[in-house]
Amino acid sequence: MTGTLIEVRGLRFRYDDGTEALRGVDFCLHRGETVALLGANGSGKTTFVLHLNGLLTGEGEVTVCGFPVNRKNLPEVRRRIGLVFQDSESQLFMPSVIEDVAFGPLNHGLSTAEATARARKALETVGMAAAADRAPYHLSAGEKKRVAIAGILAMDPEILVLDEPTTFLDPPGQRSLAELLARLPQAKILVTHDIPFAQAMSSRAAFFREGTIAAEGAVDELVRRFNWGPLG
Amino acid sequence: MHHVVLERWSRGTSAVHRRDPRVKALATLAFLIVIATAHRQLPWLATACFVLLCGVTLAARLPVRPAVLRAGIVLSFTVVFAAMSWISGDPARAVSLLLKSYLSAFAVLLLVSTTRISVLLHGMERLGAPRFLLMVVQFLYRYLFVISEEAQHMRAAALSRGAGAGHATRRSRLQAAGGAVAALFARSYGRAEDIHRSMLARGFSGEFRTLESLRLSAADVWFGTLAVLVPILIRIVIERSV
Amino acid sequence: MHIPDGFLSTPVWATLDAVAAPAAAVVIRRAQRTFDLARVPALGVMGAFVFAAQMINFPVGAGTSSHLVGGTLLACTLGPAPASVVMIAILTIQSLVFQDGGVLALGANVLNMAVIGVLAGYLPFYLWGAGPRRKFAIFAGGTLSVLVSAILALSELLVSGVPMPRAALVLSMGVFAVSAILEGAITLAVVQGLDAIQPNFVRIPAAGRSPALGMLGLVAVLLGAVGVLFASTAPDGIERLTRYEAASAAAPWLSKAGAGLGGLALIYAACLGIGRLVARPTPAGVGQAGWGPRRRGSA
Repeated sequence: MTGTLIEVRGLRFRYDDGTEALRGVDFCLHRGETVALLGANGSGKTTFVLHLNGLLTGEGEVTVCGFPVNRKNLPEVRRRIGLVFQDSESQLFMPSVIEDVAFGPLNHGLSTAEATARARKALETVGMAAAADRAPYHLSAGEKKRVAIAGILAMDPEILVLDEPTTFLDPPGQRSLAELLARLPQAKILVTHDIPFAQAMSSRAAFFREGTIAAEGAVDELVRRFNWGPLG
Repeated sequence: MHHVVLERWSRGTSAVHRRDPRVKALATLAFLIVIATAHRQLPWLATACFVLLCGVTLAARLPVRPAVLRAGIVLSFTVVFAAMSWISGDPARAVSLLLKSYLSAFAVLLLVSTTRISVLLHGMERLGAPRFLLMVVQFLYRYLFVISEEAQHMRAAALSRGAGAGHATRRSRLQAAGGAVAALFARSYGRAEDIHRSMLARGFSGEFRTLESLRLSAADVWFGTLAVLVPILIRIVIERSV
Repeated sequence: MHIPDGFLSTPVWATLDAVAAPAAAVVIRRAQRTFDLARVPALGVMGAFVFAAQMINFPVGAGTSSHLVGGTLLACTLGPAPASVVMIAILTIQSLVFQDGGVLALGANVLNMAVIGVLAGYLPFYLWGAGPRRKFAIFAGGTLSVLVSAILALSELLVSGVPMPRAALVLSMGVFAVSAILEGAITLAVVQGLDAIQPNFVRIPAAGRSPALGMLGLVAVLLGAVGVLFASTAPDGIERLTRYEAASAAAPWLSKAGAGLGGLALIYAACLGIGRLVARPTPAGVGQAGWGPRRRGSA
């Protein structure tokens, strides 16, 4: 199995109303890497990641773990790349934590016993095993984020994509998330505005501007080049 | 907050909580029918049934006074009709309305206080209710409080901006409120899209599979039989003897 | 108006439950044509929205305020069958979780508010929602849905023998009329708010619909509702109905009950017929309850 998990070439995407959201994006992700995606709101970062598991379809080539992302391969692709969205409340849509984490495995055809086992293991990995029976509504933002990640881990993916994961988290929550992510072996893509977080977690970054990747490099380098620091 | 209390109560571990939801639902239905179809000796019957329900509350290890009071909320509606019945010269009807509506509400409250909603819905599906509808109910319940909170925040924000102040015309206030509801609609719609995306991203392929598996135990059969027979017997005894 | 348990007489609640069950089944099957299982969470969320929206107070002058009931709004945005399903879900939660509305009475409440009420709210929109009288159509829909629901509930109570002195009846009708008009106004205000946010939240009623049958349906619903009310309150009825013991007796009482229930049956039959023609497959795209253009991502 090659070390290249994601390959994107010439990705273009236009919304229904004609606006060009992506104007030719080239990107790749290798095994073991953590890449941060930086850029202004509306620059295409989230639109881009939605193409990685086929939620959006544009022109160009997107290949995930050797599978071209097309209608036929969607089940395979979605098994291998897990998306954690910004709003955990919309991601934890089942009545209890354990049912939500087991959602992915059940969809992949596992028996209820197997799915439950996978779900419990994933909850343990994220430190939320005790909350298995609770209703998602009553969890804190940090707890919800961890359960959302567990829901992805339960599917045993190769790649994790997290969209603005530190939004809604207080500093201890952010630290706890960073520690958790550092422990996970999967390759990761982090869409984020949180520069310290990006610096701590990622080996390289890509800077999105107006639908393309304007530059790639170390987070510090990009921050300097595009004046992307939070304050001054 | 009612729903927080209800969630807590429904997560208990008493013998009543552990009974099969189908049995509890059918028992509640039987009780409701016994009450609804009763015409004679209502005060006696009501007293006996009230004691019975309090007994079940205790067996379920739930606090009796809050439960008894909570069931009384229905009376705020009933009392108007009871008053009208009294005025129209039909005191028996007034008594009937008050007693029946209260006991029915108490019984339903007990059902949902001893059964988690998702489990109850699953039980109803196994009893033949349409899955499509029950899943809508399940998701409605899941997001009920989330969206209510969003609505409260919007209201607070609007109030801080001076909504409801006397100087605006009624028409513009109506439009402002309409705009607020429309904004809430758009947010809810957006959330629905997000949920759909999450489902697809995790491989949803057209069916909701559940972890729940219901199995009738001997205790369930005993409970169900007793729960159906006892109210019927009470009624027969009261109607015969008094 | 949510009818609690203990109000309706056994023939009434049992009959309405027996009628509501197949009606609900029909409506659910229809809804599944445009909303597959993947869209069930969306329907649930919109139901939660209606619940939450009911908390937002609309100022109506004289220090009073009212709130949205929501059946017509749902029908204009989701379509009538999905709207009915959402309303049934709302009524179920209200009955079970909040004990607002009885369980045995659920059939009555479902028919009044989720089936007939939604249909009455949608029919004006179906007839005039695509043209210049759109605002009127939406207002009329909101008004009609609340009015018809309230009249049906009142009639069911009267047929069950719940005493209502003439003065109380007149007062109730007045209150219903006001709530109905408010619902129309609020629904219209919300639709205008929606139009400002995104033009196709509110669907366009399909081309290829049948105005004549739609009108017939509207007239049938109105006549049925009025007929039921009339049958329930016929002149000597009040005296008879206030005698509680008469529940077990007289042919005249039964014939009134029969007339009332007959009126309901007429409405139900009209709804089935209308439901059939309203759900006729639409030409591709136009008025289809598609879920609108994808919302743009934030980055």
